[in-house]
Amino acid sequence: MAQSSQATGGLASIPALLQRNATQFADKDAYREKEFGIWQTWTWAETANEIEALALGLINLGVSEGDFVAIIGRNRPYFYWSMVAAQCVGAVPVPVYQDSAADEMEYILGHCGAKYAIVEDQEQVDKIIDIQDSLHQFEHMIYIDPRGLRKYDHHQLHEFSHIQAQGRAARDEWITDLEARRGKLTYDSTCVMLYTSGTTGKPKGVVLSNRNVIESAKNSAEFDGLTAGEEILAYLPMAWVGDFIFSVGQAYWTGFCVNCPESADTMMTDLREIGPTYYFAPPRVFETQLTNVMIRMEDAGNLKRRMFHRFMEHAKKVGGDILDGNPVSFMDRLKYRLGDMLVYGPLKDTLGFGRVRVGYTAGEAIGPEIFEFYRSLGINLKQLYGQTEATVFITAQPDGQVRADTVGVPAPDVEIKIDDNGEIHYRSPGVFVEYFNNPESTASTKDAEGWVATGDAGFFEKDSGHLRIIDRAKDVGKMADGAMFAPKYVENKLKFYPDILEAVLFGNGKDRCVAFINIDLTAVGNWAERNNIPYASYQELAGHPKVLETIQGHVETVNKSVADDPMLAGCQIHRFLVLHKELDADDGEMTRTRKVRRVIVADKYSDLVEALYGGASSVSTETEVTYEDGRKGSIRATLELRDAAVVPVASKVAAE
Amino acid sequence: MNDMSNDSFVTDDGRTIGGVVMEMKNITLRFGGVKAITDISFDIREGEIRAIIGPNGAGKSSMLNVISGFYVPQEGEVWYKGAKRPPMKPYQVAQQGIARTFQNIALFEGMSVLDNVMTGRLRQMNANLIQQALWKGKAEKEEVENRAFVERIIDFLEIQHIRKTPVGRLPYGLKKRVELARALAAEPSILLLDEPMAGMNVEEKEDMSRFILDMNDEFGTTIALIEHDMGVVMDLSDRVVVMDYGKKIGDGTPDEVRNNQDVIDAYLGVAHD
Repeated sequence: MAQSSQATGGLASIPALLQRNATQFADKDAYREKEFGIWQTWTWAETANEIEALALGLINLGVSEGDFVAIIGRNRPYFYWSMVAAQCVGAVPVPVYQDSAADEMEYILGHCGAKYAIVEDQEQVDKIIDIQDSLHQFEHMIYIDPRGLRKYDHHQLHEFSHIQAQGRAARDEWITDLEARRGKLTYDSTCVMLYTSGTTGKPKGVVLSNRNVIESAKNSAEFDGLTAGEEILAYLPMAWVGDFIFSVGQAYWTGFCVNCPESADTMMTDLREIGPTYYFAPPRVFETQLTNVMIRMEDAGNLKRRMFHRFMEHAKKVGGDILDGNPVSFMDRLKYRLGDMLVYGPLKDTLGFGRVRVGYTAGEAIGPEIFEFYRSLGINLKQLYGQTEATVFITAQPDGQVRADTVGVPAPDVEIKIDDNGEIHYRSPGVFVEYFNNPESTASTKDAEGWVATGDAGFFEKDSGHLRIIDRAKDVGKMADGAMFAPKYVENKLKFYPDILEAVLFGNGKDRCVAFINIDLTAVGNWAERNNIPYASYQELAGHPKVLETIQGHVETVNKSVADDPMLAGCQIHRFLVLHKELDADDGEMTRTRKVRRVIVADKYSDLVEALYGGASSVSTETEVTYEDGRKGSIRATLELRDAAVVPVASKVAAE
Repeated sequence: MNDMSNDSFVTDDGRTIGGVVMEMKNITLRFGGVKAITDISFDIREGEIRAIIGPNGAGKSSMLNVISGFYVPQEGEVWYKGAKRPPMKPYQVAQQGIARTFQNIALFEGMSVLDNVMTGRLRQMNANLIQQALWKGKAEKEEVENRAFVERIIDFLEIQHIRKTPVGRLPYGLKKRVELARALAAEPSILLLDEPMAGMNVEEKEDMSRFILDMNDEFGTTIALIEHDMGVVMDLSDRVVVMDYGKKIGDGTPDEVRNNQDVIDAYLGVAHD
């Protein structure tokens, strides 16, 4: 446990790694951002220069050691520099989800007592000005994009480039101070503070030290053999621990290049242009991409479509084995090679996965069918299991031992134990320092010996030594007859269908299960277009009888497959409805990382759940919705409740 | 605000409004026996957002067409930057720095967004046919410079994601934005917008309003616009001209216009004797 910075050659902080990279990789690309249609590039030497100017500017502005600096914006080099510049001057960067509503930001900025914020544009500036009155410690705000901000009162508002210019001008004055502050950083200094999204309760500020970040980056980079030659696309929220580890921790440790997309809408094009070698995405992104591929294949010509299906079938059969180095017959290899030329290769290229050497998915369980689809194409997609509190890594799948239903073996230097209730605990150099200003939560999560409770239930498989996650420990329940209730297992099966975006299963303590379903507007909308089905709104499409018919078919197929597992056969869906609105983070129904908040959904739509259990065939409801700018409205709908055929379970039949 | 002095002044929200840049003096436009515009005078000041409103058939679009040189009025004078403008072809007007968008979108449907916006830069490209064909020297240099300028506008109007998409495949609201981009690419000193929000939903209208305000703020572009949505007009504009049956019935700040009895009558209807 007691790693010292000696292990990393005296490189005890991110700013120290920056200085090393500026010498060692001086002319190598460190950051790229597509702007004005061109990939703008900064080398490590230029990056060090930009960060120094900003750090000097921050000192000039009055930033002291220990101050908290909120960072609010999408992935841009400027924000990564801001985080490192804040570290250089001894302050603590606190990245915040940029799509947070004002009250969520108010909580976070108030909780850590942030004095400064570096934000993207007018939208964020307005949000902070709205809440500024209740933030007593708040002092200055720095923005990157000046558009629309010319007329604002600039007493406490500064443009990013001006702060840098002031820093450059005052270099002589502050450089000694900066060097002194940078020299004081140790392995125990705080590296970053990240607020967990939290499926329940208020967000908690997880404090991570330089040790946590650098050790985790070092171990994981060695685990996957990452080098300075990797290219990654930084598009996941900066407030999420994963992005911090990949785009800062590992990037600074190995010296690889971080590419930032032009805007959220151009991400797919940018992904294709960059062709990352190391790629990370939550299951949702893979699901969306697969949905898009399937939609486009439906629209493709007859020959292409037949080739696609034919070769995908073959890939499904042998692709995974070839990737894992298992024996495959010569003819099958030959056919796979042909498929690679005609289908898999071009498809990977279109998806931007042509060069991916290591790809990870995490955050949630991925549907096995989705996972296998990418694997069969020859993309080395693996799963890992992690948490903010662990600085990401708890387990990961080594190359050649990849399976859809496990999350792999303990990551380097991580110890894992499973307690009597099946809950997973771990101990590692990545274990977080504390929850900021919250000793009770810290104590209830991390014990005196450094073991952290994950809140997830799981077990180690005997033969492979891989960890399998069952579900969130608190989500797993029992049905009235004592059978296990594991909602996520069923939901993931439903979400495999491109038509279904999200599903929520209910049934804890009940005699049967019911489900809410969200349709995927892209997939279903495309289907409606092809079948000449007019619709005016999401709500209308979601309630269309033909859509309900299709969804019912999916539910019944899932029931059949659930019934195959004797342990979970009780989780078959007896009744379901298609929700009239998408579950949304703005309404608090999901976390910002798009995980369903089960309890809140159950509470908010309690009338619908009751109706499903009550046996009515339709129900009228009114739902409050929050718009992006925080205004509230409500939508009314009459929903059709449908029965789905279930496969009778042997034991139940006997009992009756 | 509506005095005739030609001094520049600063508005409540901190923008500088300059002197008169364009003045319409006693314009009358006839189509055969039909009088579309009768004896209308008003001015446009540098840096302001000037709206022309009125019920259907009031002659708003005709007025805009007079400004853009598409129609030549039978009577009256158009003064631009302190000089009386002789009758001109629309392209000559465009060369003087007056750009416009159309009520019914007029883009090249088969060309990409980028190419459409680049056409807005033609006025800035002087390479001759041979240079263009050989793609050497001046032609190449010009293309690079103008592309850089166009990219700024694409960034400004947030249409990066459709840069390479053929315009024909875009939804209506985005086409409107592309048209605006093309007009803006010409670096106009006066930008004429013919019903920029027609047929848009509330969210698209909000976006478009923000772009219009930002354009005015960022580039200092003088904007003259025609619009039906009264809420939008009153929020956006510095001064409003109200037309009805080809005549001017009001001119002033949104507040002045709102309380003008003739305007109220024109919009709410009044019994004619």
